[in-house]
Amino acid sequence: MLMLKCPNCGVTAEETEFVPGGEAHLTRYTSGSDSQAFSDYLFARKNPRGVHFERWRHAFGCGKWFHAARCTATLEVFGTYTAQTSAPPDDILKAIKAKRPEWEGFK
Amino acid sequence: MSNAVSILNGASSNGAVKITEAGLRGMITLRGDLSSAQLITAVSAAVGLGIPAQRKVNHGPMGGVAWMSPDELLLLVDYDKAAAITADISGALTGEHHMAVNVSDARAVFAIKGVGGREVLAKGAPVDLSPEAFGIGDIRRTRIGQLAAAFWMTDDETFELVCFRSVGAFMFDWLTNAAREGSLPEYL
Ligand SMILES: [Zn+2]
Repeated sequence: MLMLKCPNCGVTAEETEFVPGGEAHLTRYTSGSDSQAFSDYLFARKNPRGVHFERWRHAFGCGKWFHAARCTATLEVFGTYTAQTSAPPDDILKAIKAKRPEWEGFK
Repeated sequence: MSNAVSILNGASSNGAVKITEAGLRGMITLRGDLSSAQLITAVSAAVGLGIPAQRKVNHGPMGGVAWMSPDELLLLVDYDKAAAITADISGALTGEHHMAVNVSDARAVFAIKGVGGREVLAKGAPVDLSPEAFGIGDIRRTRIGQLAAAFWMTDDETFELVCFRSVGAFMFDWLTNAAREGSLPEYL
């Protein structure tokens, strides 16, 4: 079971209290962008086996969005962090590196 | 003025735990900067209470105030006073980014009374309801079955639960079923 800690209200709850919001830290290419970049933004997702950054909403709780870094293969959660950032914070990256030394880093 | 009626008009069921639709309750959603002096003053004027800490609820003779999210409170007041208090809050916060809405008629309130209350709620909520983890003064927004709800305790054996009025009848049926005689652990 996937357990997440909402950084907005401090609750640690299981997956059913949250709603997934897909891959995190996307650049929202829009009109005027290169059409390949726009197409990739709309349709292409990383879908890795391993470390993944995601958006989640505490839908049945405080209602707020946040980010989570987790392993898609084991459901291990490396950490959750604020939605008000466009890249994972250093402490999250360190926590991942400590547990997955072979991980190539956030790109 | 129309005659306001709560969703089940005070219906109750007696199983292992007593479930009661608790009637009309004044409820005001207040969103804004919870650290603002103006907002703190407005809440104090409305319910005579301070801003609760994260996931806490304060109760007093004038009503209650619950922490709902980092920028949201739920004020619990007399049903008849909710509209006037909402207007007072809006007035007191003029010029400050905020939202105060009287949601009384959008909600249903239930009382869950009996020693098995924790077990009844735990059947539907993904929440640790042991006395060590949840007690008087705590509030939890979560789900009961598939319904969004929030609950807190008013004494050692009584929970109050709020949900949307539109699902109030289903919530009552769900709680009644979860509280069926003989369906709770025998150690109670
Ligand atoms: Zn939350």
